[in-house]
Amino acid sequence: MMRKFCFTALACVALCLRAMAQDHSGHGAATGDKPWSQADGYFDPAEMDAVRQHMQMHHGSSRFVMFMLNQGEVQFTDDEETGVWDAGLWYGGDLNKVWLKTEGEYNFDAGEVEEADVQLLWSHAISRYFDLQTGVRYDFEPDGLAHAVLGFQGLAPYWFEIDGAAFLSEEGDLTAEIEAEYELRLTQRLFLQPRLAAAFSAEEIPERELGSGLTSLQAGLRLRYEIKREFAPYIGVEQHSAFGATSDWIEAGGGDADQTWFVLGLRSWY
Amino acid sequence: MFSRRLFLQGGALTGLSSLLPATLLPAWARSASGGNTGLRPDTATEFNLSVGRFPVQIDGRAGEAVGVNGTLPAPLIRFREGDEITLNVTNTLEEDTSIHWHGLLVPFQMDGVPGVTFPGIRPGETFTYKYAVPQSGTYWYHSHSGLQEQQGHYGPIIIDPHHHDPVAYDREYVLVLSDWTFENPYRVFAKLKKVSDAYNYQQRTMGDFLADAKARGLGAAWADREMWGQMRMSPRDIADVTGATYHYLINGHATADNWNGVFQPGERVRLRIINASAMTIFNVRMPGLPMTIVAADGLTVQPLEVDEFQMGVAETYDVIIQPTDDRAFAFVAESIDRSGQAVATFGPHPGMRADAPALRAVPTLTMKDMGMDHGAMDHGAMGHDMEGMDHSGHDMSGMEVDHSGHGMMDDASWPVETKDISPGPGVANVAMMPVSRLNEPGTGLEDVGHRVMRYSQLRSLERNPDLRPPGREIEIHLTSNMERYMWSFDGVRFSEVKEAIVFHEGERLRVTLINNTMMPHPIHLHGMFFDLVNGGGDHCPRKHTVIVKPAEKLSFDVSAEHVGDWALHCHLLYHMHAGMMQVVSVLPSADKAKEKDKRMEDMHGEME
Repeated sequence: MMRKFCFTALACVALCLRAMAQDHSGHGAATGDKPWSQADGYFDPAEMDAVRQHMQMHHGSSRFVMFMLNQGEVQFTDDEETGVWDAGLWYGGDLNKVWLKTEGEYNFDAGEVEEADVQLLWSHAISRYFDLQTGVRYDFEPDGLAHAVLGFQGLAPYWFEIDGAAFLSEEGDLTAEIEAEYELRLTQRLFLQPRLAAAFSAEEIPERELGSGLTSLQAGLRLRYEIKREFAPYIGVEQHSAFGATSDWIEAGGGDADQTWFVLGLRSWY
Repeated sequence: MFSRRLFLQGGALTGLSSLLPATLLPAWARSASGGNTGLRPDTATEFNLSVGRFPVQIDGRAGEAVGVNGTLPAPLIRFREGDEITLNVTNTLEEDTSIHWHGLLVPFQMDGVPGVTFPGIRPGETFTYKYAVPQSGTYWYHSHSGLQEQQGHYGPIIIDPHHHDPVAYDREYVLVLSDWTFENPYRVFAKLKKVSDAYNYQQRTMGDFLADAKARGLGAAWADREMWGQMRMSPRDIADVTGATYHYLINGHATADNWNGVFQPGERVRLRIINASAMTIFNVRMPGLPMTIVAADGLTVQPLEVDEFQMGVAETYDVIIQPTDDRAFAFVAESIDRSGQAVATFGPHPGMRADAPALRAVPTLTMKDMGMDHGAMDHGAMGHDMEGMDHSGHDMSGMEVDHSGHGMMDDASWPVETKDISPGPGVANVAMMPVSRLNEPGTGLEDVGHRVMRYSQLRSLERNPDLRPPGREIEIHLTSNMERYMWSFDGVRFSEVKEAIVFHEGERLRVTLINNTMMPHPIHLHGMFFDLVNGGGDHCPRKHTVIVKPAEKLSFDVSAEHVGDWALHCHLLYHMHAGMMQVVSVLPSADKAKEKDKRMEDMHGEME
């Protein structure tokens, strides 16, 4: 199963790189027609050509790498403690990027990773504020399952940051997640961030203890202080709720379908 | 009327020069307390310039600069109009460099733009620039390679008139305004790409909302936020890179270093002011002392007395001040977003320090800056908008009505090549109703209560040399998506440009710039002066750089005289670097082509 995932991931990377290369085939240099060439009369045309291509490339098609730890936090109740991460790394330019995203939970009491997934996505700007993202996801925990991903990420009117995706597992199960965040600027460095995340499943998936329809909801409120823009500790609360059959499974397993967590964490990017 | 007294460099360095910058600076950039009592009139015809890395002290802190001959700013280059000059530029860096002579009408292969006019100067190489220019005034030079300009690679140029200077003065100074960061400029650019408002610590907050609601009512405050939120734009998006990282400098001196100049009360002092910033549009003023603008972008204009003016990156202004009081005056260069300023002093004695005024309130943009049809809105946010939205300069007497506003297209008697711009990843906004704003003083200066220069007031001192009406008109749209930090012309980043904008030698044409973004852009055209269509008739100001205000539509007429490929770009460095750049190819006209071929052959002969 891991092998299958690796193949898919490699294929995805190959596609991404190919598309990114095409990003640059747009400019005149590649077509053989020079957009301007009068300096060729004074300097070596081949050298001019090389410098022009290099120079054009660096005025609009530079690429960057960004690391973003959106949530790196400890969630706790009176008797439980969980480490939660939500991080991303992208490489690319204005329109096309390769994204690596990871999310997961670590149970401090049990001393083990309970959930961990990685997504490798090809992200393409499709409108002013939205990117279409497609690729693969692999769940390392709990069940070593691979998924195809089709999602979007962007900025909705009124400054809501939206991130949504549908996942088709190798077992044929269809699930989806959508997440919205808003940043209320209390001061130039202090932000109150409401966050809502919902998970859905197209049908019941007993082996993953998921019911159909809306399976769970997370509603959080985080208060963040940006010591630097790139480095911001926060505190907050988060309510986790499960619904329908999902909730029944949790309760049958002795858990709480509704739980309130306090969170302490760090948001950081580079 | 022509009374220039020449001042020799007086006394030795005094104890006051212990502030570090002074000791590393060329004489013209030093304070009076460092021995600078005015410029020396020395001109030369040969200059040796070495581009390299060197340590600098900025605002009391050590940093590393990339620049010329080890000084920040770079040396003053002063020569006489018409003289054939030679500039040997040696690159001691480990990367390519270049020097562009900003505003100088040089042959295009001497213009210094890598990939456009020459291949650049490789490490270890010396490139010799040779030219004679038919112009005089205040100009500057800077790197056109990478982001070296942000690292200190800029310096002033003065060209003395061949015959007689129409501007009379007793003493003169050069003031090079700039912005310095201790961050690597590539890091600055990367941060903007990742979090475009990373340097903005002046956004509207919850507290502002409450104050606004109290002042204007909850409904109005909410409606205003709703509108901006709906557009996903910020009314405080005024400068991308701010005082959060920048140290603003005058001749390499931060406010704490107190650059100071001297005058004798009653003297006419000429200040040659150059905005050599990477990203900072400055508001320039001298509280308590009027300034008379006598030149803009190097060329003389009819004297215009003002109390303040907004100065785009790469513009130059010469002003005359005539202080009669025996006291110190502050010279204030305030960043357009008011996140910082640089303050210098002019006083009757060396070493004086004027009181620095407090930074003024942060301006807030209005829907007009978005190019919305505000006739259809009645939001309180509009405030001052209505003034100045007419065609330029109706309040100016004795001037011809010149339809420099948006009505122009309808009655233009020449063909107009318009462009349709549609929203997409690189174009967040298309101004619905761009208007002429030449009669406005610029962002944040609408209500300052004193005389602020407007472009509509500038008049060339000399009659414009080419009075033909344009034979055609082209539109160029300024486009962006701030959220993605994408900047372009006509929605096309420079990296994607497939063909240049073509001018034909000998033709006269009108270029109309339409700003679809919410930021003012100082747009610079290499290799030619253009006549800003500002209602000035046959005395329009001739410029090389013009600020296009948010949602503004303005035009300039230009005569395509100098064959070659010329860069056209926003002079905000990171906007250019993001792709807000194009090339104007002035193609030889058929009958002149033969002549030109011969000229090129001769040139080749000389070079070999």
